[in-house]
Amino acid sequence: MATRQTEILVGQILEEEVTLTFDEVSGACAVARERIVELVEQGLLEPRAGADQRLGGDALRRARIALRLQRDLGVNAAGASLVVELLERIELLEARLRGRQ
Amino acid sequence: MEFKDYYAIMGVPREATAEQIKQAYRKLARKYHPDVSKEAEAEQRFKEVGEAYEVLRDPEKRAAYDQLGQGPRAGEEFRPPPDWGSGFEFRGASGAGGGDEGFAFEGDPSEFFETLFGRAGFGAAGAQAHHGHGRARNRGEDHHARVVIDLDATLEGATRTLTLRVPAMGEDGRPHLRDRTLNVRIPRGIQAGQHIRLAGQGSQSGGEGKPGDLYLEVQFAPHRLYRPEGRDLLLDLPVAPWEAALGATVTVPTPAGAVELKIPADSRAGTRLRLKGRGLPANPPGDLYAMLQIALPPADSPGAREAYRALATALPFDPRASFGA
Repeated sequence: MATRQTEILVGQILEEEVTLTFDEVSGACAVARERIVELVEQGLLEPRAGADQRLGGDALRRARIALRLQRDLGVNAAGASLVVELLERIELLEARLRGRQ
Repeated sequence: MEFKDYYAIMGVPREATAEQIKQAYRKLARKYHPDVSKEAEAEQRFKEVGEAYEVLRDPEKRAAYDQLGQGPRAGEEFRPPPDWGSGFEFRGASGAGGGDEGFAFEGDPSEFFETLFGRAGFGAAGAQAHHGHGRARNRGEDHHARVVIDLDATLEGATRTLTLRVPAMGEDGRPHLRDRTLNVRIPRGIQAGQHIRLAGQGSQSGGEGKPGDLYLEVQFAPHRLYRPEGRDLLLDLPVAPWEAALGATVTVPTPAGAVELKIPADSRAGTRLRLKGRGLPANPPGDLYAMLQIALPPADSPGAREAYRALATALPFDPRASFGA
């Protein structure tokens, strides 16, 4: 993992340049595939238009938070999905608020 | 070793029922959950509460813990009694006694916890449920970090040197934080909240598998001129009262270079003028919104005061007409 000073890493924008299969998302979250399908059914994770069974890269972040909330707070998939969406709304509003100050 | 008063951490009396303890945990977990909480040191508190609950929810662990009494007096070191652990049979799977499905605390237990219950006692059942996939094990773990970069980096697609704090296993077998420095090309047009995926920069896998990836969540430091909102940029554009009233053409900075912007006559403060395609250079590019602000010339000379007086005489204007008072 040691990185030389001179090496320049080039990455991809997860939200725009990456799509993931259900299995990749469930693998990265270390949960069973059904748990990801459940979040898709809640509408929290949306398959990319034109790419059946592929999720946008940002699905990974949303899935991780939703799964942590389910594990730690005892909420179900519907509750966790609601919380994630509300958190994103709060973040957006707070960013706007910061901009106005 | 520091004695942990699990009852105090959870804010319950020592004689609290299992139901009361569960309620206290739920409440504290919501309050300090790192994904939700704005409290200072939420993560640390959340871990503490999780550890306390791990013990108090389990009748066996709780009974054993209660045997220790209230702990040593302030300032004294805690040492487990020599007969610790005798007469108690701990099950590795913690779900057995707790009766709280779905609870699985993850993270590093305190030294105190480890001494008393060992690592195996820590969220064993749940942890397996979450990690029990061979598929995930074949690959090294993914790492996540949040980085704050300057907006200019995304405007130009520049390279930035980022320093991340990474927990690494030290020679004494305990995790330590060490700094890791990376030179990263910031993708042009990346927006706040988006992630850069650096393939293969996560943990090495234990076996044959590929190393994990490193995900950097991008946040922007405040910029001198622009406030990013998604792919759009907002710019406060100060104009003189006569520019707003009579209309004017003013020079406005944009990331791709200065442009001339026409201010329509009779513009008001707060008007948003859109410069299409002049926002973040994403695909498609965002827009730049110039928000008009009317700047008053200071009345700091006899001439300026005279000019204001002349304006007041010439214009019958009541800015508070809408109050109706």
